[in-house]
Amino acid sequence: MIREPAVPAPTKPGRRVRRRRENLAGYVFLSPWLLGLLGITAIPMLISLYLSFTDYSPLISLGDAEWVGLDNYRRMFTADQSYWHAVTVTITFALVAVPLKLASALGVALLLNRTMRGISLFRGLFYLPSLLGGSVALAIVWVSMFNRDGAFNSFLALFGIEGLPWVNDPDWALYTLILLAVWQFGAPMVIFLAGLKQVPVELYEASAVDGAGPWRKFFHITLPMLSPVIFFNLVLETINGFQGFTSAFVLSNGTGGPVDSTLMYTLNLYIKGFVELDMGYASAMAWVFLLVIGAITVVLFTTGRFWVHYSDNEER
Amino acid sequence: MRTYGRLLALILILAVVLYPLVWMVGTSVKSPSEIVNNIGLIPRDFTPGNFTSGWTKFDVSFGRFFLNSAMVSLFTVAGNTISCLLAAYALGRLRFRLRGVWFAVMIGTLLLPGHVLIIPQYILFRTLGWVGGDWPYLPLLVPAFLATEAFFVFLIVQFMRGIPRELDEAAVIDGASPYGIFRHVILPLSRPALVTTAIFSFIWTWNDFFRQLVFLSELRDYTAPVALTLFIDSTSESAVGPMFAMSLLSLIPVFLFFVAFQRLLVEGINTSGLKG
Repeated sequence: MIREPAVPAPTKPGRRVRRRRENLAGYVFLSPWLLGLLGITAIPMLISLYLSFTDYSPLISLGDAEWVGLDNYRRMFTADQSYWHAVTVTITFALVAVPLKLASALGVALLLNRTMRGISLFRGLFYLPSLLGGSVALAIVWVSMFNRDGAFNSFLALFGIEGLPWVNDPDWALYTLILLAVWQFGAPMVIFLAGLKQVPVELYEASAVDGAGPWRKFFHITLPMLSPVIFFNLVLETINGFQGFTSAFVLSNGTGGPVDSTLMYTLNLYIKGFVELDMGYASAMAWVFLLVIGAITVVLFTTGRFWVHYSDNEER
Repeated sequence: MRTYGRLLALILILAVVLYPLVWMVGTSVKSPSEIVNNIGLIPRDFTPGNFTSGWTKFDVSFGRFFLNSAMVSLFTVAGNTISCLLAAYALGRLRFRLRGVWFAVMIGTLLLPGHVLIIPQYILFRTLGWVGGDWPYLPLLVPAFLATEAFFVFLIVQFMRGIPRELDEAAVIDGASPYGIFRHVILPLSRPALVTTAIFSFIWTWNDFFRQLVFLSELRDYTAPVALTLFIDSTSESAVGPMFAMSLLSLIPVFLFFVAFQRLLVEGINTSGLKG
């Protein structure tokens, strides 16, 4: 899917001089990025790896961090109940939110995939939540909406149903956050729409001649032709899903409550690192997180080979 | 007939999707008693009081918080646009040693979760005296000027691939150096990608919370999202209106961007991920 751009070799005379000049220019233009790679990414990663084997709080200098070997990892995997709780919460969030979000995105994209007047207005309005939904402001509104006397319960009251204080109920709080994630289905929907435009109309016409109904068309043409786009969205949304922070922070006022039910992994990491100032342990958590995200990406790409179809006539 | 069914379904879904936004606007102009008693969309009487009381609710006014947010966002826009453009030109158009390696590394950092690096970055910036320093925004802004947002580098590289190479070659024949080509060919032609980068960086930074929460500790330095969380502490009924009013205000810049650049934003996601 991602390929580096091809650069043709220059053929004019004076090639050596020009090449040397271009080599230098390449590094001149790349220098800010290289500096960032080194100072903001690579060195911090190494510091973080080192810290994960130490007991460190930011109140002391880095050199005074006490080496504890694998203790942080041992504590994480064997002793820390809240860690495993956070893992469960995060996996639940991703496993429920991502499929629901993608299904909504695809469903609405299919509804929108017709030439109809006002279609771009619809598309834009469905996309709006994706721009606003990640903010603190919207999380605040969302939490109020699912309060005991929030708008959702007054809606239920119309049908004579007495609602719960959803955001304060450990069984339900996470699901209100999942709903907030699903509400932002607009971004993947826009990508689905672009993918749907690429499906050749002839395929549908040919299958109509063969007497295929709408369901068969959907399962035998639309889904396979759309599989690269589904895959792209799946990877993106899964990785995003594991990193949910803002809404959980707002709902629980930074605690992960009620009863740790919204303790997303990144929120737990924040609490351990910046509230309890246990930065060695939090670094170990960060590294496990990185490895797990990496592993999930590898698994997605490996399994993707079996169900993602790239059509031949398209340059990829 | 089927078209009408489709339209009806779309309108119903849209109503559900937009409900929270409309409800927020309605609630922000309700009086405290009405917030409790009237849960409907439309307030019985319009009370702008929430905006004035929310604005001055804390020791530092919300005007300051919005200014801080605007400053952080605008500097980030400048940083991202300039630094990512430079990196993209090198990676997308120039031939130099190890280019393939650096390109692969850049793609690798695309999926790197920012949360993983926050602790060592915090320690690093604190050691440098940047956290809570004279100008506490350095930890937020310096990374932007070093092209750490790989997504934008990738987006601009993708765009530059579409610029015909014959233009560079013609410029070379005219004696242009790589810098000249950048200045006179690539820079003017990359404008659409730069505009997309600028808009997305603004919106993402304006909405960003995690990094601002970690790096800003003094009330007067808070950005709008960090300040909004102060409302959560005070859960009394009288705080709901002001909280909604300030939340609404904080969403307005993003909404205006959406209105102005709707088409560009929607197309921006398409060109970034995959062509088509």
